[in-house]
Amino acid sequence: MRFLFVFAAVLFLTAPAHAFCGFYVAKADADLFNEASKVVLARHEERTVITMANDYKGDVSEFAIVIPVPTTVKKSQVNIASSKVIDHLDAYSAPRLVEYYDENPCKMAARERFMAAPMAAMSDAVGVPGQASAEALGVTIEESYTVGEYDILILSAEQSDGLLKWLNQEGYKLPKGAKSVLKSYIKQDMKFFVAKVNLKEFDKSGYTYLRPISVAYEHEKFMLPIRLGTLNAKGPQDLILMTITKNGRVEPVNYRTVKIPTGEDIPLFVKDEFGEFYKAMFEQQAKEEDYEAVFLEYAWDMAWCDPCAADPVPPEDLRRLGAWWIEDQGGGPDRPTPRPMPGVAPMIAPAPAPVNAFITRMHVRYTGESFPEDLILQTTDDRENFQGRYVLRHPWTGGAECYAASEYYKSLPERFEREAKTLANLTGWDIGDIRKKMGSGGQPFDIKPVIDDRPWWEQIWQDDQQ
Amino acid sequence: MMSVFSDPRHLQIAVLGSLLCFLIVQNDFAPDLEVVALLIGTSLLTQYVCMKYVGMPVIDLRSGFITSLSLCLLFKAASLWIYPLAAIAAISSKFFIRYENKHLFNPANFAIVAGLIVFPDLVWVSPGQWGSDVWLGFALAGAAAVVLASARRGDISLFFLVFWAALIFGRALWLGDPLSIPLHQFQSGALLIFAFFMISDPKTTPDSRVGRMIFALMTAILAFTLSFGFQVREALFYALFAICVLTPFLDRIFKGPVYKWRLT
Repeated sequence: MRFLFVFAAVLFLTAPAHAFCGFYVAKADADLFNEASKVVLARHEERTVITMANDYKGDVSEFAIVIPVPTTVKKSQVNIASSKVIDHLDAYSAPRLVEYYDENPCKMAARERFMAAPMAAMSDAVGVPGQASAEALGVTIEESYTVGEYDILILSAEQSDGLLKWLNQEGYKLPKGAKSVLKSYIKQDMKFFVAKVNLKEFDKSGYTYLRPISVAYEHEKFMLPIRLGTLNAKGPQDLILMTITKNGRVEPVNYRTVKIPTGEDIPLFVKDEFGEFYKAMFEQQAKEEDYEAVFLEYAWDMAWCDPCAADPVPPEDLRRLGAWWIEDQGGGPDRPTPRPMPGVAPMIAPAPAPVNAFITRMHVRYTGESFPEDLILQTTDDRENFQGRYVLRHPWTGGAECYAASEYYKSLPERFEREAKTLANLTGWDIGDIRKKMGSGGQPFDIKPVIDDRPWWEQIWQDDQQ
Repeated sequence: MMSVFSDPRHLQIAVLGSLLCFLIVQNDFAPDLEVVALLIGTSLLTQYVCMKYVGMPVIDLRSGFITSLSLCLLFKAASLWIYPLAAIAAISSKFFIRYENKHLFNPANFAIVAGLIVFPDLVWVSPGQWGSDVWLGFALAGAAAVVLASARRGDISLFFLVFWAALIFGRALWLGDPLSIPLHQFQSGALLIFAFFMISDPKTTPDSRVGRMIFALMTAILAFTLSFGFQVREALFYALFAICVLTPFLDRIFKGPVYKWRLT
């Protein structure tokens, strides 16, 4: 019996029995968000490209996806995408950890360093089957072709019974309740994009993993079908939806959008467990919203260049992901001039080319109860930048001796306490444990000033006397 | 209490104002205070100037205030300068787009539709920004406000909500969808603001009950078609805008008492 994995944005048809590794945050464990799906949606006017990333680790012969699509899709409208490009966009837009080092309090200055926190999500699709009695069951195979390692069918159906029966005949196991959802999509005139792995092609390709599939279509419907995916989920599932648009931020019109907490100073030890931190925080926030909200993790006008990401996604990759309005080579009338970000130091790395695109990253943790309806989306004209960003402030540990220094050292325990409380609030972690970890992680609450007791002449000539 | 609410508009202001305050405190995408100030300030100023211009004996800014609160809750623009324009368009539409002693459009609805048409790349509406817990409270308060505010004319809110519910529940039945879907679709803050504070505008709706019922039915059908058939996200506002034009015809066919705000 072949299992049907219907990709998230689209649908999960079976319980994900295989080890999905979710999203990696900094050095986070591989099982972080391990039932997440990762989707990229590029859209302007009615031209849409949906790309489903695939982190499927099981037997490829059991892999399959079923995705409702608003219109039929020909072979040339399907493309095998590079997982590197998607991982890049994922890492680029992921919530991140930023480190600051306090300078010698006697000469305040600031330096900044970044650590991107790549969060890989994952997704999966599900496959499909042959021909046979399709007609008798009222199932029409509109298209049938092989692209890369996938055998793809585009189905339309008159009746959900027939479609279900046919899929079952072909060896696909659909979860309970699939019939009524299929019926609803059929009545809404949706087609079904069904893909499974062509083992011959897969072996020929030389890849050891399944590559993402992109599907291009032109239709006024701007939505992400998630209903099939909720049918057999054992608990809440995660969806990371990254959109590329020309105008501005994308938002669901039928669910509330909430910004993920950002800009908070948190204790230093989180650096080694950023993944755990983010996971706990996300769960806490999702729970507070009763799993009914869509969280905004990133919203960025690419025309401004992101000073916090040294490695932006190049325009040609955005184009490959479906941003058709971006000029092929860069340059041209659509290319805006970069504007400096107010309040942010210019980056030292080579400035990325500005692109007329807006990236939105949404993270949804949903259940069938909290998200009964598909995500209905709209592109707004909101170009305000936002990113999930957490700050580590390293206290000055060198010697310092001046009035400012003693004030500085006096202020540290209070600052540490604030960070501890912030962390406890964000994650629901026990504040006692947090304080303990801070103590052993470079933030002792009884921090003592480090007095530089060398003679003053040694201090002023320290760099010369080597 | 009675004296404060002797003018029904006070209750409307209280309901919309509380919702706005709640959103500002609790919602990440609530309007900035400067936007609120611009919308309210410009609306009141425009109301004042227009009342002077047409020579009204008593200057009353309350309805302008209600309009500006609705705009604060619904109207979004990418640039700050659009907000005062929206407020001016809303209020002046009451004074200058008139037919037989009634203004034709609900002012906030007029500004939203005008904004969407004139600045398609700068103006939008975010209908999803309300949680379901807020929704219930708002539904009750809004219903109370509409009943008290427009007296018997509040029936149009009820007509509209009933027709709208019939359409979306009917669609769900036809699709075989679980009822949680239309129920979720019904739990929209934008829908309530629309039903209780826009379509219910006693100055722009037909004078007779039958007229109002037909008006509500046509608005619901048009909005439903635009929304589900054409994927128009701002369907409610476009629908009301279009159907408002028919009010004079409905009034001619079905006669009814002309509405006047009760004087305090």
